[in-house]
Amino acid sequence: MAVTVSAEGAPAEQARPLDDEPGPRSWARAFNDLRQGWRQRPLWGYLGWQDIKQRYRRSILGPLWISISMAVIATAMGILYGALFQEDIKTFLPYVATGLLIWNFVQGCILEGSEVFIANEGLIRFLPAPLSLHVYRLVWRQTLFFAHNVIIWVILMIIFPHPLGWASFMAIPAFALLVLNGGWITILSGIIATRFRDIPPIVASLTQLLFFMTPIVWSYDRLRDNPAVAERAQIAELNPVMHFVEILRQPMLGDAIVWRHWLVVGVITVVGWGAALVCMRNYRSRVAYWV
Amino acid sequence: MTEPSIDIRGAAVDFPIFDAKSRSLKKAVLGKAGGRIGTDSKVPIIEALRDVDISLRKGDRVALVGHNGAGKSTLLRLMSGIYEPTRGRAAVVGKVAPVFDLAVGMDPEISGLDNILIRGLFLGMTKKQMESRVDDIAEFTELGEYLEMPLRTYSTGMRVRLALGVVTSIDPEILLLDEGIGAVDAAFLAKARDRLNELVERSGILVFASHSDEFLADLCDTAIWMEHGQIREHGPLRDVLHHYKGHDVLADLGRT
Repeated sequence: MAVTVSAEGAPAEQARPLDDEPGPRSWARAFNDLRQGWRQRPLWGYLGWQDIKQRYRRSILGPLWISISMAVIATAMGILYGALFQEDIKTFLPYVATGLLIWNFVQGCILEGSEVFIANEGLIRFLPAPLSLHVYRLVWRQTLFFAHNVIIWVILMIIFPHPLGWASFMAIPAFALLVLNGGWITILSGIIATRFRDIPPIVASLTQLLFFMTPIVWSYDRLRDNPAVAERAQIAELNPVMHFVEILRQPMLGDAIVWRHWLVVGVITVVGWGAALVCMRNYRSRVAYWV
Repeated sequence: MTEPSIDIRGAAVDFPIFDAKSRSLKKAVLGKAGGRIGTDSKVPIIEALRDVDISLRKGDRVALVGHNGAGKSTLLRLMSGIYEPTRGRAAVVGKVAPVFDLAVGMDPEISGLDNILIRGLFLGMTKKQMESRVDDIAEFTELGEYLEMPLRTYSTGMRVRLALGVVTSIDPEILLLDEGIGAVDAAFLAKARDRLNELVERSGILVFASHSDEFLADLCDTAIWMEHGQIREHGPLRDVLHHYKGHDVLADLGRT
């Protein structure tokens, strides 16, 4: 190979002015990250599927286990708590099962969200990719889990018919809102947890607490009707997860839609994304240093 | 289409070193309450790169030399966009293919074929492009039906082959190579070298960090000498290698 050497070693002459280049802490770069990540749909779509397939590798039923284990838990809890609260199993079992599968999605986003960048440490440090790629992959994976669990809901609706009507289609925008919120919670808790490693255990224990604070194995309306605990039951309104569960569960069970919950969810979505975007703008470029 | 380019101006890369204590909330919370206690509340920092000015254009073939810990790998990661400079600016235009750690991004539980696809997607290829290259990769790696097996059944050498097969099959605009292409048998290495040469021909910009003078002489014409996180010298390969090693390396290798 001929070593014809030009004087290109001198860097100064042809350098492009970089002053107009957006810095690491800029809105342009934060939004660009989200856009670039979205463009890599084939990649995170594939990785999300792989995550699921891998979990059930070599098992005969494969991802069907997601639905089966969910069905077992939902049935057991439905019967147990149905007996405890003296509820009618025909309505209470679908109620618990639907609540549980929504909860599963929410919990997945919160729990795995805080570990999203820590778990992908190797990829982040060795392959340049938008940070949002890992976020999309996680929310997509949770969506796939949810899709598997919806089978249980379908079966229950066949066994215990519910008055499903046009209003039930509200479940679609409701789930879209859940997915949207899964995005910001993952970004926000993921970035903070990468910097402060105490966050994941804190999040884990808080989530466990949230489960019991959320009307899943108990009915909010029933407690409110009971004068002995009515006042204390109001506290549940302070639990943001409750509103998320309600907006999706109501149309799925053919219940009347309560717009108060939609309003709360809407506000949380806007505020949450605002916080996540600020975090993304200021600390996105630091994540590679922190992992 | 815009030409690939790398522009780095006055860039520094500082690594915060969090020990177990300073990385926890406890310290941040208690620190707020009790006020600062000297340097205790500060996170120690390692300056990996300082005052880096580089401007590369299409056709540049740059060797990166320097002792261990001089900042070669960090500089490559800065160029790849993995690290954004703590101070200064860096602008990289073009599709970057970094070849740093061949094992990263490889999932031991899924088949070689799936790994090829995933790695290709990470390197900016599309699914279709990768599918059309699978046969070529299978032939080059000589893995044949082994590609259907999960990666954990592969030997180290076979993994390196697979990774090299993927990397050399793509069309990058900016190719960043970090050494560590060991653990392959000699016959295969000769073959890999041919493919590496072809890859370099295809790519717009090459930056190659290596301790192998022969490899560098084959692939590069200019060089950057890194020392203590700074650029000591940037110029023609022969001159820089001469100053770095203290003797005319290219002449010793019999190159003119």
